[in-house]
Amino acid sequence: MPYGPHAADDRARMLETIGVASVDELFEDIPVALRAGPLALDDPEPELLLSARLVGLASRNRVDLASFLGAGAYRHWTPAVVDQMLLRGEWYTAYTPYQPEVSQGTLQSIYEYQSMLAELTGLDVVSASHYDGGAATAEAALMTCRATHRERILVSRAVHPHYRQTLETYAEGAGLVADEIPLVADGPLAGTTDLEALARLLADPARPVAGVVVAQPNVLGLLEDMPEVGRLAHGVGALFVSVIEPVSLAVLAPPGQYGADIAAGEGQPLGIPLQYGGPYLGIVSCTDALVRQIPGRLVGQTTDIEGRRAFVMTMRAREQDIRREKAASNICTNQALLALAASIYLATIGPHGLRDVAAGGASRASELETALAAAGAPRLHAGAYLNEFVVRVPDAMGVHARLLQRGVLAGIPTADLLPDEPSLADGLLVCATEVTTAAEIEQFATALRAELAGVAVAGGAR
Amino acid sequence: MVPGDLRYTKDHEWIRVEGDEAVIGITQYAADQLGDIVFVELPDAGRALEQAATFGVVESVKAVSDLYAPVSGEVTGTNDALGGTPEAVNTDPYGEGWMVRVRLADASQLGALLDAAAYEQLIAEG
Repeated sequence: MPYGPHAADDRARMLETIGVASVDELFEDIPVALRAGPLALDDPEPELLLSARLVGLASRNRVDLASFLGAGAYRHWTPAVVDQMLLRGEWYTAYTPYQPEVSQGTLQSIYEYQSMLAELTGLDVVSASHYDGGAATAEAALMTCRATHRERILVSRAVHPHYRQTLETYAEGAGLVADEIPLVADGPLAGTTDLEALARLLADPARPVAGVVVAQPNVLGLLEDMPEVGRLAHGVGALFVSVIEPVSLAVLAPPGQYGADIAAGEGQPLGIPLQYGGPYLGIVSCTDALVRQIPGRLVGQTTDIEGRRAFVMTMRAREQDIRREKAASNICTNQALLALAASIYLATIGPHGLRDVAAGGASRASELETALAAAGAPRLHAGAYLNEFVVRVPDAMGVHARLLQRGVLAGIPTADLLPDEPSLADGLLVCATEVTTAAEIEQFATALRAELAGVAVAGGAR
Repeated sequence: MVPGDLRYTKDHEWIRVEGDEAVIGITQYAADQLGDIVFVELPDAGRALEQAATFGVVESVKAVSDLYAPVSGEVTGTNDALGGTPEAVNTDPYGEGWMVRVRLADASQLGALLDAAAYEQLIAEG
């Protein structure tokens, strides 16, 4: 059987069969301006020249910076065994292991991913897996609508803006409404989700709410009163979605403990390198009561006809090949290799190791807070944080840009992250993890002190 | 095999009228076609069903089917026992395997449903 593309006479015969003159005619419904044109590619180059050109392009990346950037993607140390294990050829297939008799290894790896994530989230079911934290959050929101037969989602403005945009896109396509819960602007709770506003939004009987989506820690690094969010949501029959950061669950209460029905989040911190745009890993976890609403693959443990332990895909009736347009799951490919990376990372580092990672980040962050406050940039908010927080800096955008010249990536200006929040006009969201060093903190504090004192950068050094 | 005292839909639901209420389930034929039933999703009490609209889902090891309401009416009760023993739909579809109880909105809708003989003919024709 030939695997090459169709020959011209094959195409002519197919076009004739369906009564169409040309392939282009099939695309006539799409406005010409929206159709793809031919790719404007440069002429081929010798490999030597091409390599040099790519090295030149790659050298434009700033890898010399002391980075304090988090905001949803985090630097962590990854044991070498994670990447080494991922190189094994057995894992290199995107295809779904429908045939358990030839897929036990892949199925077991997915089962172990599910088991470890279930332990972390404290929930019953974990699916494997989704594209990224944004897609996972949006899928979780859709689950609440399917389960409650309601059409309105409330999402905190302290959920990452990219996740909210993704959720908004999914909701619009599904004919659902996503309303935002405002932030507290000042006082001891500043920067956290406004729970009084949440209570008011939930109280409208004409617009019943399917699900309430709140992040822990939130996008500003602050800890939210999650048990209270759960109580408010459940009080009106809504479900509660917690947007999680998985490493934090080694030291924070897991969603299952504070009444979350669904946990969703970004799995990148679990052994997946920082990559511009991914691929990353979306985590979705839920209670047993919602198992038929969860999208993504589910692998279960069973026994074969000889009584031996075996793994199979299960709850298949949720999926699009069976349930068609009513499927809870429309994921055809999944991030199996990234889920595998997370499993190897978790299995290697272990529960105590993960606690050390989370606690190490928290203690570095506390040192960072002290150093930045001494340099003239105190925290903007009063609430508790784990390893990420906002400092108050006048002209934060300008300072951030000039600190790059001093070799420091000073997190992200909060005015960039949440431009619609006036209370965040003069802030930098900064982060520390277990890989942040005392020298980097010192470099940041020194550069900031010089910047705030108006000292010019020596020689425009890079 | 098809009980004579019930009414039927072309989608293989049965309905038993009891005063101004009615009990609804799926037929033995439907259960046999689906195979081993592992899950039944039913509406909450109080929900208004609309004739011919879906009101639930029945899932077997090999397929999933929607449940269609034979008549309009408000759900007054559901068979919660199916949560633990969904196989009752296979073993006793007209008894222990019942699904929902509704208060009839319009008894005249019953007239449009199939009687036992007509339903038997339907399944005989496959």
